[in-house]
Amino acid sequence: MTLYEQLGGQPAVEAAVDIFYRKVLLDDRISHFFEGVDMDKQRAKQKGFLTMAFGGPHNYSGQDMRNGHARLVKMGLNDSHFDAVVELLGGTLAELGVKDELIQQVAAIAESTRNDVLGR
Amino acid sequence: MPRVRFGDFASELRVGESTLDALLRSGAAVSYSCKAGSCGSCMLRAVEGGIPATAQTGLKDSWKVRGYFLACVCHPEEDMTCAPVDADAQVPAHILSMDALSADVVRLRLGCDAPFEFSAGQYVTMVRADGLARSYSIASLPEEGFLELQVRCLPNGRMSEWIRKDAQIGDTVKVLGPSGDCFYVPGKPEQPLILIGTGTGLAPLYGILRDALSHGHSGPIHLFHGAMREEGLYLREELAELAAVKSNFEYVPSLLHSDGPIDQVVLKRFPKPAGSRAFLCGDPSIVQALKKKLFLHGMELRDIHADAFLPAA
Repeated sequence: MTLYEQLGGQPAVEAAVDIFYRKVLLDDRISHFFEGVDMDKQRAKQKGFLTMAFGGPHNYSGQDMRNGHARLVKMGLNDSHFDAVVELLGGTLAELGVKDELIQQVAAIAESTRNDVLGR
Repeated sequence: MPRVRFGDFASELRVGESTLDALLRSGAAVSYSCKAGSCGSCMLRAVEGGIPATAQTGLKDSWKVRGYFLACVCHPEEDMTCAPVDADAQVPAHILSMDALSADVVRLRLGCDAPFEFSAGQYVTMVRADGLARSYSIASLPEEGFLELQVRCLPNGRMSEWIRKDAQIGDTVKVLGPSGDCFYVPGKPEQPLILIGTGTGLAPLYGILRDALSHGHSGPIHLFHGAMREEGLYLREELAELAAVKSNFEYVPSLLHSDGPIDQVVLKRFPKPAGSRAFLCGDPSIVQALKKKLFLHGMELRDIHADAFLPAA
């Protein structure tokens, strides 16, 4: 059984996305990166991100990650912000009752995008 | 195997292919990203042909009823003709009537000279004979047989000055659209509806309100209309009368100076809006702030309708 299946697949992404997005918007460390963005579009992006981090089907390349975050890197996006997102991702899963062991695996997938997201 | 069509491009599905795969193979320029039904980049509109339910999973109800679907997870069982989302129709129309609703709001009614499908609360672009174009929300219901726009007259507003001073009954214009996902979708008749607008943001809400009532919506409907001055609260008498006879309809006019920002008025009345459906219209900064606050107070984004951005195909 894949990680994605163990987490519950697409319905699990759907259950997590609003919780995760609310945490992001309420977090003073990172909320300013999301000022003025279209919320529906952003929610779709968050779903794409969660699907990938859950080990689900996706088609993102490292270059997509770089291009997608280049504007934010110019705004000062750094490791501390990346850490905050991983932390909120873990918090979201914990809130949904996901076991620590699986949360670690999700965090590891998110971690694998760090250098691309931060453009280095 | 079924065939899929997009503009001048068409191809027959091969085994296991999605609509997106087949369209890309035919050379159609359809944008996409995740290819997993998540990101929404490949959203298209089905003009003809049935849409499999899996291709609409997670989409807003108001997108579903307009035939929007995700091409990357669409495996159709019959032929499909697709178009970009929000592709505009264009029909000739003529002015039926013009009445003042307040000192600076005109109720303009148009008769369409060709079939034009819309839902109350969507918006159209009205194009004058010389090409001048402005967008307005629709305050009327399709069954009323006309398009009602509520036009604010702005100082030096070229279209609104023309409507107020020079336009004549019978003048012809063109109507493009409709656009926007801010409209009532039947179903969940008990769900509370929260309608919030400022200024002529009342126009679409006036349409949505009457559309919901005509569909027999039985849950509570709350309409908050904010304006800077008393006079901006147009249609006040009519709405108060409606609230007096419809037990599930509440009308809350508010003056932004004395009653405070409208988001505070709404959240004071609804500290826990989760589970409701909201429609937000008017000033972009107010709409955006409201959307965020309602979401953070527990509402689902898919239940919040505004003139929301739709990804271009």
